[in-house]
Amino acid sequence: MTSTETAPSGAPAANRDPALQPRIEDPILEIRDLSLWYGEKRALHDISIEIPKKQITAFIGPSGCGKSTLLRCINRLNDLIDNVRIEGDIEFEDESIYDPRIDINLLRKRIGMVFQKSNPFPKSIYENVAYGCRIQGISKKSVLDDIVEKSLHGAALWDEVKDRLGDSALDLSGGQQQRLCIARAIAVEPEVILLDEPCSALDPIATARIEELMQGLKEEYTQVIVTHNMQQASRVSDYTAFLYLGELIEYGDTDKLFINPIKKQTEDYITGRFG
Amino acid sequence: MSDSPSTPAPLRQDRLSGAAATAEARGRGPTEPRPPRSLLTGGLRRSEVFGRSMTFLCGGALALNLLLVAGIMGLLAVHGFGYFWQKPLVLVELRDGSRQLGEVWETEPMPAADAEPGAAAPVSPGERFRIKVGNRDVEGKDFLWVDGPQIAARSRPADAVLLERLEWGNFYGFARELRKDGRALVSGSGPAWRALQPLLEQKREEREAVEDLENGEIADISYTLDQLRLKKRAVRLDAGLDPGGSDGDERLGSEARRRLDAIDRRAAALDERYQALAGELRTRRQALLAETLVLETAGGRTREVPVGEIVRAIRPNALGVVGKAGLYLSRAWEFVSADPRESNTEGGIFPAIFGTVMMVFLMSFAVAPLGVLAALYLREYARQGPMVRAVRIAVNNLAGVPSIVFGVFGLGFFVYIVGGTIDRLFYPEALPTPTYGTGGILWAALTLALLTVPVVIVAAEEGLASVPRIVREGSLALGATKFETLWRVVVPAAAPGILTGMILAMARAAGEVAPLMIVGMVKLAPSLPIDGHFPFVHPERKFMHLGFHIYDVGFQSPNVEATKPLVFATALLLIAIVTLMNLVAIGLRNHLRRKYAGARV
Repeated sequence: MTSTETAPSGAPAANRDPALQPRIEDPILEIRDLSLWYGEKRALHDISIEIPKKQITAFIGPSGCGKSTLLRCINRLNDLIDNVRIEGDIEFEDESIYDPRIDINLLRKRIGMVFQKSNPFPKSIYENVAYGCRIQGISKKSVLDDIVEKSLHGAALWDEVKDRLGDSALDLSGGQQQRLCIARAIAVEPEVILLDEPCSALDPIATARIEELMQGLKEEYTQVIVTHNMQQASRVSDYTAFLYLGELIEYGDTDKLFINPIKKQTEDYITGRFG
Repeated sequence: MSDSPSTPAPLRQDRLSGAAATAEARGRGPTEPRPPRSLLTGGLRRSEVFGRSMTFLCGGALALNLLLVAGIMGLLAVHGFGYFWQKPLVLVELRDGSRQLGEVWETEPMPAADAEPGAAAPVSPGERFRIKVGNRDVEGKDFLWVDGPQIAARSRPADAVLLERLEWGNFYGFARELRKDGRALVSGSGPAWRALQPLLEQKREEREAVEDLENGEIADISYTLDQLRLKKRAVRLDAGLDPGGSDGDERLGSEARRRLDAIDRRAAALDERYQALAGELRTRRQALLAETLVLETAGGRTREVPVGEIVRAIRPNALGVVGKAGLYLSRAWEFVSADPRESNTEGGIFPAIFGTVMMVFLMSFAVAPLGVLAALYLREYARQGPMVRAVRIAVNNLAGVPSIVFGVFGLGFFVYIVGGTIDRLFYPEALPTPTYGTGGILWAALTLALLTVPVVIVAAEEGLASVPRIVREGSLALGATKFETLWRVVVPAAAPGILTGMILAMARAAGEVAPLMIVGMVKLAPSLPIDGHFPFVHPERKFMHLGFHIYDVGFQSPNVEATKPLVFATALLLIAIVTLMNLVAIGLRNHLRRKYAGARV
């Protein structure tokens, strides 16, 4: 199967065309001609995206377009799935992450992730946040205490849980659990945070808090968010990439893409004509 | 559709059911839209009747199960708890003039054929009684059947005495005289009884002192002497001599000779001390037998019983409820805390309790890592495919192998191969007497660990499978390796499931008897597997087990009738111990569940 057969508009859209790619100075991540197969089924078609440093980049597109798959390529979480084949490359700070010599655990420490469904460990709130640091070999109580407090502050959760750090994390509400997962991710001081539909299971108030939080985190972290909620993408992101059926259709400055999309498909999607 | 709206074809009406048929009967044409069926059908539908009867069936099955369990527990409880309760002593005077004193053990209606031929046919032939008359050393039998019609008189004399003795079982009779060294101290039933009680207390203390001496210092010395003998053999073995012989000393080096001399000197000193203690023991034993109680049986024969050999002296007919309750507690305590006597038919079962619990604990320590690691590999590391499925099926089938097969395997592999190798490598001086090359509590525990490992593997696998993938990914995404993820997140979250498997395995192990009979379980173990001698834990020793004790007491005992209640009491205790261990494990599991709350993820 070739890419042209499944590409809706017939052309490998945004990959080579400079008009469909934003101009990005000093990107932190460069995805180059990335293709991915689940067994025989091709899920990504020659994707090329540059992710800007300390900005929020959103991947949007209808369900099954490959945006989560693309996100999970960035911290190599797709390695865990059998029968996955990947071609192309991703460079992180000018190092190829698919180089067999790289330390994959260090890569995942530097590129944190927040999942679609909150997944706190069945441990106490404190231990959830301290987990990543313990993995890194930090065991001194005073250091861990500082990190836990700082991370919970960073995730805007400290005031709600400071009196019950020893309680099970599973007793928190859904929104609190998701913020705990963000605290857990920033506790190891990553450079990039990947957010895979972080608000899809949350109510509007919890969603607003997470979005607010993301704006605050922009000062220190590069963030990549996958969302099928276009309003959310337009609210939080600086750059937006639109994917459809495994292809990158258009990638650009969020304001420009939402107000004045170049491709017809993008326009159809963001105006709700399909998807 | 029928052609006439008002007169539907009869054939068709037959096929129509309920609502439609009535609608048509009311005169509406079939082409008109059928009105919505009323919810009030006025009765139960067939499927609902079926559903309700299924509810009754399921409930009935559960009720039957509960009834069976309650029945067996009730049977055990009634007979087991009843064993310690003192029955009254009955003095029976028969028509032929003989007299018998004892406890009525059992009552049953007399078979009609056995009734006296002179009696009128329809008259009930009456009852007959099994009486425990004791006095095995006098009469030679414990039990007697007495036919009801032969009894001339029955009474419960208040001064009838029951003696529980160290040997020969119970004695029933009347106290006559207390003697010391053959001379009468106190005469008469009442005075002798009153003088007996303080003496009994004093003798009990003396007896305990003798036992302490025997099991304490004397046992220590014989243990040390045995160790010295083995050391001596080891020295000779190192020099290439026959360890058991005494020739060839001239071929020993000076160092070896010095060591042998040192051992000999130490052994000689110990032996001297041993002789002194043995002399003291003899004297004390004789002192224990100085006072005797003279008793008269119901049949008029007299018997002298050394006071030092009396465990308890009771006048059951003079005891009130409070006295009987005290006696009950004292006997129950003896049952769980004392060593058995008289080839397990009397005394306590403490060594069996200890052996069972220790064996189950050893088994748990062996089976938990074995089962959990195997499950981890199967579920987390192995590539899922036909091979893993085949292994899984094989593991499940392992649970269906008869337990005696595991026993035979344990004997061949653990005892002969592993134990034999250990003996050759580490205990050559003791050969040909085996140390580890014979059945022992360690081998029994390992055999049972093999037997129960399928249960643990299956439960652990299910526990691991219940931890969602997204939680594992959360850990990996923080930079944890696969091992760290398993060890810090997955296994703790699966711990409640794993513990469920452990609970099942422990219950199975505690109740298993057949395989243990050939890998180290014995009728009577001379010493516990844990004692004060270095290294304190002796996993090579043979042990006693409650399950086997039940079989031994119930079916291998010389006095099956007398020990029947003991079987019930032991079975009850075994169930109580298993329940207790399970409760501890369940408590632990609930604690873990609360701590990790893993089951809800």
